[in-house]
Amino acid sequence: MQSYLAGFEAFTSNGGKDAPQWARSLRLSAITRFEELGFPTTKNEDWHFTSVAPIAEREFEPLVGRGVVTGVSRADLAPFTFGGDDWHTLVFLNGRFNAALSGTTSLPDGVSVMPIARAYDELPLLLEQHLGRIASIDAHTFTALNTAFINDGAVVHVSKDVAVEKPIHLLFVSDAGATNGVAQPRNLIVLDRFAKATVMESYAALPGAKGEYFTNAVTEAVLADGATLTHLKLQRESELAYHVGTFDVRQGRDSHLVSFSFAIGGALSRTNVYTELRGEGCGATLNGLYLGDGTQHIDHQTRIEHVEPNCYSRELYKGILDGSAHGVFNGKVFVHPAAQKTDGKQTNNTLLLSEKAQIDTKPQLEIFADDVKCTHGATVGRLDETALFYMKSRGVNARTARELLTYAFAADVLETIELQEVKEGLETAVLQRYTTEG
Amino acid sequence: MLDIRDLHATVGDKEILKGITLQVNPGEVHAVMGPNGSGKSTLAQVLAGHPAYEVTAGSVTYGGMNLLEMEPEERAQAGIFLAFQYPVEIPGVSNAYFLRAAYNEIRKARGEEEIDPMSFADLMDEKMKLVEMEGDMLTRSVNTGFSGGEKKRNEILQMAVLEPKLAILDETDSGLDIDALRVVAHGVNSLRKPDNATIVVTHYQRLLNYIVPDYVHVLANGRIAKSGGKELALELEARGYDWILEEAVA
Repeated sequence: MQSYLAGFEAFTSNGGKDAPQWARSLRLSAITRFEELGFPTTKNEDWHFTSVAPIAEREFEPLVGRGVVTGVSRADLAPFTFGGDDWHTLVFLNGRFNAALSGTTSLPDGVSVMPIARAYDELPLLLEQHLGRIASIDAHTFTALNTAFINDGAVVHVSKDVAVEKPIHLLFVSDAGATNGVAQPRNLIVLDRFAKATVMESYAALPGAKGEYFTNAVTEAVLADGATLTHLKLQRESELAYHVGTFDVRQGRDSHLVSFSFAIGGALSRTNVYTELRGEGCGATLNGLYLGDGTQHIDHQTRIEHVEPNCYSRELYKGILDGSAHGVFNGKVFVHPAAQKTDGKQTNNTLLLSEKAQIDTKPQLEIFADDVKCTHGATVGRLDETALFYMKSRGVNARTARELLTYAFAADVLETIELQEVKEGLETAVLQRYTTEG
Repeated sequence: MLDIRDLHATVGDKEILKGITLQVNPGEVHAVMGPNGSGKSTLAQVLAGHPAYEVTAGSVTYGGMNLLEMEPEERAQAGIFLAFQYPVEIPGVSNAYFLRAAYNEIRKARGEEEIDPMSFADLMDEKMKLVEMEGDMLTRSVNTGFSGGEKKRNEILQMAVLEPKLAILDETDSGLDIDALRVVAHGVNSLRKPDNATIVVTHYQRLLNYIVPDYVHVLANGRIAKSGGKELALELEARGYDWILEEAVA
């Protein structure tokens, strides 16, 4: 805690001093709120199954104070880009924007994709209107902490009626230089009326990232009426990393959000996906896949707020846990009194591959309207013996049968990813992880 | 080829098979019939090695090997194929991937080279015509969302690809309309060879109009109550099973 407060002092007089006045006020109120809240304990309902003590007890140094990373080439990033050389890509190394590795030259008219520092100059009104207005610092320590250190990250703006064909990729990469440091990326996505875009956030580690580091990311998104956002978050941090990432969305009338969270890395990770359906006729699809092994702790919390009538939400989160991995899924669906005809479905399925792996799953429905259709369910299980027998009866060896079924369990939710390159890339990654032949 | 002697099997504490003795030779088609609960599906599952059943007495020799000591996959690799009454859905594994994996395992067991995807695609084209299946069935997940008829056709497709020495069809006719039944039966008949054998487990005589058996066995209460030629099936169709049960008791 003290290290962050001291770091804030240094930050306001160095890296963060060029921000406009309103941003500096926002940061100041955020650090005050962070100090008041402190790190959550497991007595906090939202953190009941996840102890953040490993993060709270360590003193991570703000990476903004360190020198710029050099010596990383585009070839080094190839494992994370799915061959999307013509995508609109912003690369951040150890939390800092890297122009040389980024490429946004082919952006269509009406579309802005830029680092936050530039957006202060070029999109000042947009930023002031939205930044810090969605992700609340009131109850969320990590959001308060991130907000206090707003400095780097991406701003995406798509104007009315514009559909961005190619994906926008925000790639956050850590290497050896991130050791004992904390990066706090802050992103803002604004889609105007009837705009459409696919934005992927990747958090990845280069082979040199052997030390402990902490990523605390917040992405806010605003979907105006009729807008459609496909958002993918790929958390592939190093095995010693700590990661907290929040994605918080406000949806206008007839807007659609399709979110996918893939979490495979980190010693301890927490991903929050929140959306509020604030107009009629909205849809939200929240899917995800978490894969844990060793002593990994992988936590997802989702919250869908149905505020207005005639909206739907679909949620499918699946997980595969091996070793002594601990998974957490907490999915909340709130249906406000006015939100009649809400159609909600939430499912969480976890496959446990070992005796010591465990999952805490807590689907929560809170319904205050009387004419709604909402279901939720969770399963925790092992591989289906009938399916194993079926495969073996065709000559498939027991091990191959187990591997294929494990892969299939994950592939089922990966199927929902519309972006072909990413779907196939993740399928290959999962296949390699769970099968010997790949 | 297959020599079953005094086979007893239980599921949980319940004895289902109470002494089955049956020999099957290359080139033969045997029909196993019987009322519900007679044990005919259990016999099929036990031969394939289903882990839910425990063999408590008797022996099964297949091609000179002790079948009961073999794992399900070893039995398949040795040429035994069970067409399931209820084919299992495997979401996420494509039909093509699954079949190629199975085909290659069986080839390996026979000491043959694995097949490459291109040659396998050609093989599939040929085999799918046999059961009148469309190409998109290959990219779909195994049996997932298939209709009843599609599932049964998929079983026969697998059989056509894997070319078993001993095929066991467990109520493959259940739930099929007459057109699907014809397709399935045509597939099975096309695969008949002098050196392979088929056991057809069925409740109804209808299927046996299309797959004509050399022998018909009627199971009752875990035993073979009566054996005969194909005319026995017609007699069962006309008279039902009750007279057999009465004879068995007498």
